Amino acid sequence: MLFGFEWDLSSPLAFALSILPILLIGMWVTIQAAVLGFAVALVLGLVWAVLKAARSRFIAWPASVVTEFIRDTPLLVQLFFLYYVLPEYGIVLPAFMTGALALGIQYSAYTSEVYRAGLEAVAKDQHEAARALNLSAARTFTHIVVPQAVPRIVPAMGNYLVSIMKDVPVLSVVTVLEMLNVAKIVGDRTFDYLVPLSMVGGLYLIMTLVASAGVRLLDGWLPKQGIPLK
Amino acid sequence: MQWTDYISPLMQGAWVTVQLTVFSTILGAVLAFVFGIGKLSSNWAFRAISVAYIEVFRGTSLLVQLFWLYFALPLAGTAMGIDLRLPPVLAGVLALGLNIGAYGAEVVRGAIAAVHQDQHEAARALNFSARQTLWGIVIPQAIPEMMPSFGNLAVQNLKDTALVSLISLGDLTFRAEQIRNFTQDSTTIYSMLLVMYFGMALVLTAIMRGLERYATRWRTARS
Repeated sequence: MLFGFEWDLSSPLAFALSILPILLIGMWVTIQAAVLGFAVALVLGLVWAVLKAARSRFIAWPASVVTEFIRDTPLLVQLFFLYYVLPEYGIVLPAFMTGALALGIQYSAYTSEVYRAGLEAVAKDQHEAARALNLSAARTFTHIVVPQAVPRIVPAMGNYLVSIMKDVPVLSVVTVLEMLNVAKIVGDRTFDYLVPLSMVGGLYLIMTLVASAGVRLLDGWLPKQGIPLK
Repeated sequence: MQWTDYISPLMQGAWVTVQLTVFSTILGAVLAFVFGIGKLSSNWAFRAISVAYIEVFRGTSLLVQLFWLYFALPLAGTAMGIDLRLPPVLAGVLALGLNIGAYGAEVVRGAIAAVHQDQHEAARALNFSARQTLWGIVIPQAIPEMMPSFGNLAVQNLKDTALVSLISLGDLTFRAEQIRNFTQDSTTIYSMLLVMYFGMALVLTAIMRGLERYATRWRTARS
């Protein structure tokens, strides 16, 4: 029994049906962790992108080194680092929060590149035209750059959300009860790993297919030339 | 224990990580070509298998695949009456290779599809067979397009090898965990671990850059 649901071991199909609610509870945790991690990645990635674009080399260079370091080290090790090292300095977070933070930090290195590419894709003559029209720097950014950059950034970000979802099972090592961990516990107790783990695979496939379809829909819906101004 | 005492066990683990990375990247590269070309094949069965492979391994989590191969596959084998118990090394290399191969297959497909249509027409005009066109004309032009993505995937694969520590394979992360359980010196060990992975990733990036230059040498030689 897990989360109040009994399993029925009479046949593989009955077993699969009886553990489905348990796995769906795990899936909900997976989705929450992915969304929270994604939110951290979006914010932190923007911070990195701004720092890397700084005019001063003393800001831009360290920011590039840090993001490169984050990008080149495994999520699992970063997670262990946060989970075991932060408490030594008095920062005690619940496992779920630590996990979401680790996901967010790892993916911030990727999202910062998306921001950079999206902002740089706005052609140089647009900036010159804005200057010719005597628009201030702030107005150029909010009314010229952002409306054109957003349609380029959003689909790439959506793909990273799907990737984050697939990395959530790593959080199981710090006792987060996401879908894979729940399936593993069911397996440990029933000695049948085949059904729960196969179901997790199937549910993952459904999740990523739905999420990818959503991203494609969003991509099609966004105006390619930029969001028209009112 | 001093931090210098950690170096030798960590190096043993690092060697396992290097081997895992090399073998699974090679397996992944082979799978990437087989299924990347397969997805563009005119044979519908081959195409269907390739699409299924790519979707399944890109659509699910690597850790799920690894656990499935290690924990669930033996039970499936028992049900069918065959022994499918894999040693951790084999399960690890297979899971990593299959996973990265699926991502690589999309890269291969994209690069092949990006070769200009005129090249196909010219090859046909010169009476090349389909096989000659693919291997003699299309692939040599597609490989330079693939190399930057392959470089990223190789680093991705190196990072993913850390997950095999969860099926009790003695890689770098596993060794570090053992030392940490023994000494409780988390800050030092995990800092060393991060730096070692970073160092390996830098070396791997340099190697992939070298390969990229080697694969594109015909371009620079002509001009």
